[in-house]
Amino acid sequence: MQNYSLLSIAKHALSGHRHWQPAWRNPEPKPHYDVVIVGGGGHGLATAYYLAKNHGITNVAVLEKGWLGGGNTGRNTTVVRSNYFYPESTRFFDHSLKLYEGLSRELNYNLMLSQGGVTNLAHSRHDMEMFERWSNALQLQGVDAEMLTTEQIQDRFPLLDTSPEARYPVWGGFIQHRGGVVRHDAVAWGYARAASALGVDIIQNCEVTDIVQSADRIQGVQTSRGQIRTDKLALCVAGHSTVLAAKVGLPLPISSQPLQAMVSEPVKPVLNGMVISPIVHAYVSQSDRGEILLGGGADRYPSYGQRGNYPLIEETVAAMLGLFPSFSRLKLMRQWAGIVDITPDTSPIMGLTPITGLYLSGGWGTGGFKAIPAGGDTMAYTIANNRPHELIEPFGLERFVTGALVDEGAASGVAH
Amino acid sequence: MMQIPCPWCGLRDEEEFCWGGQAHVTRPADPAKTSDGDWAAYQFHRLNNKGEHLERWRHTFGCRQWFNLARDTVSHRIIAVYKMGEQREVSCD
Repeated sequence: MQNYSLLSIAKHALSGHRHWQPAWRNPEPKPHYDVVIVGGGGHGLATAYYLAKNHGITNVAVLEKGWLGGGNTGRNTTVVRSNYFYPESTRFFDHSLKLYEGLSRELNYNLMLSQGGVTNLAHSRHDMEMFERWSNALQLQGVDAEMLTTEQIQDRFPLLDTSPEARYPVWGGFIQHRGGVVRHDAVAWGYARAASALGVDIIQNCEVTDIVQSADRIQGVQTSRGQIRTDKLALCVAGHSTVLAAKVGLPLPISSQPLQAMVSEPVKPVLNGMVISPIVHAYVSQSDRGEILLGGGADRYPSYGQRGNYPLIEETVAAMLGLFPSFSRLKLMRQWAGIVDITPDTSPIMGLTPITGLYLSGGWGTGGFKAIPAGGDTMAYTIANNRPHELIEPFGLERFVTGALVDEGAASGVAH
Repeated sequence: MMQIPCPWCGLRDEEEFCWGGQAHVTRPADPAKTSDGDWAAYQFHRLNNKGEHLERWRHTFGCRQWFNLARDTVSHRIIAVYKMGEQREVSCD
């Protein structure tokens, strides 16, 4: 892998930057791989990388029906944080945040991690009580969380309306200082480049059209670029999890819904870090290009359309303007949506399935981006050892039968 | 903005309605004799179709009645509307 550094930029400048290698290889699919991962988003690529790096398993293919990182990984609002509630979740998501903190260096790719803090706003005495409970729970688990007064929030966000006449009065809140944003495309590209350099084949424009099963186990896949045999197949396809699982008759508790996001025209720096009001359902940050990035709740019906509809835009913008009235002057520049796989308890589904050789990483819902490093790390372990990594044992598919749900509806932050 | 043809009120904007989940999910006749696995399947397994999907909807901010839709989950096109308790019949095409 050609190293990216100040020195290499200087060296390549001498030849007019004409000799940079492509960041990843573009090979033809082989007829057989030790592991086939369906889905070339963050989770699929990270899983492939950690299989190669941590387990020495390099005869791996990542199959992506479109272009690498073109699904939810390229459509999210870039937030990383670990302020969940239950220990099962905070253990997992904090492991992920810690991996993010060293990831640019590890992948030799600038992920532009900016830990400007993630601030939750409270609008009533009851909200403040619940936030005390939430931040205390985090502190007890060794995750950073600090309660904030209205004055501290006003200092941090000068444009936030914290006056007594505000549409949504701010009683206070809490912040996770280590939370922040990461350049989402760079995560896909960084993992792809590193995985490809270790020998993983990334095959784009390759749609899995069928899954081949016999003798009670996975035998391989049928794709738009031919048949590929394998003993280990991992599905990392987010909103398309039920579409692929249906090919092996595996029912899943997943609803695929649109999650929209939008950006304004670029403006000078006016917003530091990310601020969310889980109560009025909007969260806002400012990108490095100066765009105000706005997200809210998921559209409340199933869709694979990757666009969402206008009522949610209106709801989310109205919530934001109640918090930041001056943003009414901004022009919205671009709007898009992903397909998020919502589960009944808003926690992911990871691990083995009843079908030998089939592994699943899905049900990430609105929270998959922050989970990419830990998701890849634990899935790689799970595939290599054919048993769930300790961190993902609580997230197995069987919890819907046993009733051991991990209800993170509140901490997930986004209304469903 | 989806426009949804309520069987009683006619074509109205989607924001007057609430999606009520997949249609025709049958509650087990005897819950006490249903296994944990079958009960979980009833509670949680859903088709989540890419394409035509049969769904329950309620005209919450209108007549407040429930009805069924056959709707394409990719294009959002409404293929058919029929009353609660019926099977797919009337087409809107």
